[in-house]
Amino acid sequence: MADMTSSVNLKKSRLEDVHPAYWILGIVLLVIPAFVSPFIMFQLMGWTFILGIIALSLMFLGGYGGMISMAQMALAGFAGYMIAIFGSSAIDTISQGWPWWIVIPLALFLTMLFATAIGWLAVRTEGIYTIMITLAIAAAFFYFTRQNYDLFNGFQGFNSVLPPRLFGVDWRGPYAFYYLTLFFAVGSYALVLYISRAPFGLTLQGVRDNPRRMAALGYNVTAHRVAAYAFAGLLAGIGGILLTWQSSQISPGTVGITPAIDILIIAVIGGLRHPVGAFIGAFIYVILKTFAVDILVSMGLAGERFQLLIGLGFLIIVLFSPDGVLGLWEKYRENRNRDPLTGEDRGDSRL
Amino acid sequence: MSDVSTINAKTAQADSGYALELRDVSKKFGALEALGGINMSVRPGERRAVLGSNGAGKTTLFNCITGDFPPTTGAIRFFGEDVTAFPAQERIRRGLRRTYQISLLFNGLSVLDNVYLACRGVSRGRFSFKRPAKNDALMQTAEELVATVNLTSAIHTMVSDLSYGQQRQLEIAMALSGAPRFILFDEPAAGLSPTERTELVNILVGLPSHVGYIIIEHDMDVALRVSDMVTMMHNGRIFKEGKPAEIEEDPEVQALYLGGGHE
Repeated sequence: MADMTSSVNLKKSRLEDVHPAYWILGIVLLVIPAFVSPFIMFQLMGWTFILGIIALSLMFLGGYGGMISMAQMALAGFAGYMIAIFGSSAIDTISQGWPWWIVIPLALFLTMLFATAIGWLAVRTEGIYTIMITLAIAAAFFYFTRQNYDLFNGFQGFNSVLPPRLFGVDWRGPYAFYYLTLFFAVGSYALVLYISRAPFGLTLQGVRDNPRRMAALGYNVTAHRVAAYAFAGLLAGIGGILLTWQSSQISPGTVGITPAIDILIIAVIGGLRHPVGAFIGAFIYVILKTFAVDILVSMGLAGERFQLLIGLGFLIIVLFSPDGVLGLWEKYRENRNRDPLTGEDRGDSRL
Repeated sequence: MSDVSTINAKTAQADSGYALELRDVSKKFGALEALGGINMSVRPGERRAVLGSNGAGKTTLFNCITGDFPPTTGAIRFFGEDVTAFPAQERIRRGLRRTYQISLLFNGLSVLDNVYLACRGVSRGRFSFKRPAKNDALMQTAEELVATVNLTSAIHTMVSDLSYGQQRQLEIAMALSGAPRFILFDEPAAGLSPTERTELVNILVGLPSHVGYIIIEHDMDVALRVSDMVTMMHNGRIFKEGKPAEIEEDPEVQALYLGGGHE
């Protein structure tokens, strides 16, 4: 009985530990479909969550592992191609039409294998060379998909790649798709946050800070880095499948160099130090990408120059805070915590 | 992946009576011979100081023993097992630990996380996706080790926020993790205040008697107080070995290392 009471108390205290901002955000995200248009649900929020998951895979590698991979979008696209090839699409000469419960796990498994292979090559390099080698792999995959017609259907890619109709729900409907992407975004976020304090995540952060010392403590640094690539591949794969379902198609354009750079921009804008940065960056990117054309046109400028606005936004954020929006928030919090007279930290961390 | 207990059982059979044996170990960096013809035998539980001027090859000797880089020639045996070709992590799993001259810590993690990682490195579950529970045995061991080096008040402090002396203490806590059989201390007292040095001496003297170590230390008072054998090195070679009192009185040592005026 005493044990039960203490267990209830423990659960209570865990719930109390959750920052009020999380509760408010959670409620807002759950009820928001009642107040906004299907366009915002499907296009803005759905896309934000998807790009957030893919950027989260980069954040996991970069923020915790110190490895900046430019191949995360290629991995996402690979997962999209796999569900198109093994599942159903309009290109029925290539698509196998296998059931979803085989196709989705298989696509994620193959994506993790591909990620492991990329990791195996990339972990032997550091810094700029990791970026170069993963960018080269992303570029090679882009050209391969564009030129291969037997498997990837070349330039055209695959269209009519739709989510399965489970429980009688059309998962591509704006509200259903919103909750689907929200579910995976929250799940991926919580998983990464949880793992960051598990031995695997702590080890990765140790490898980031000091690989030589980690080896001297008995860790196989290379194996851990490769395993991190595999896990990040799983996240990118989930994002890639959702992205393919959202646009109902997958083609070389999805895995080009520009989308690969966009993922890096998203992760850096948000900030690499915490998983939430990926979603903040994705939200800013989606808002800019969606409304930049209207803003430019209203200012009498050519609408097609929206990339300029995104670039400027990126420059401004990085210029004022190399740690992205999260860095700005940290600076604000530190200033608020500082005693104006002594300049010392007042120790109130729950701001 | 090899388990520590399995390794210890295997190596016990090959035990030659020495914790550490070096036979004709040399290390060349291009034309420079950093170590030459090093022969050394250290018994289990023995505490030895390695002294010598800068560039004598002391840290290079440590790097060869721990596997940070392989020796050019020679053999290294750890509790009877030839570990010359073993990577660093395999030697660590056999009970060998070291600290570094310049602290090599994980600045983005807390004191407890650093020690926990050191404990986890020599146990199973390094790839575990499951968070340690509050009563996790390794976490408790890590907390005890933090207490051993008097860092409990800073247990959740980020390493980047620790003072230099605290970082050196943390280095020692990490070296003590996971049931070490032999530890290499590389100038652990460097940069410490007199009070911190006294604490360090107490920690070293208070180590379990079966745990042997080699200490590189420029502070003669510390080195001679915590060791029962002294090895003097010069230009990559051993030129004298003996008890602390013998070494202190040796005229050659005094001339070369102590400047002749040491009392």
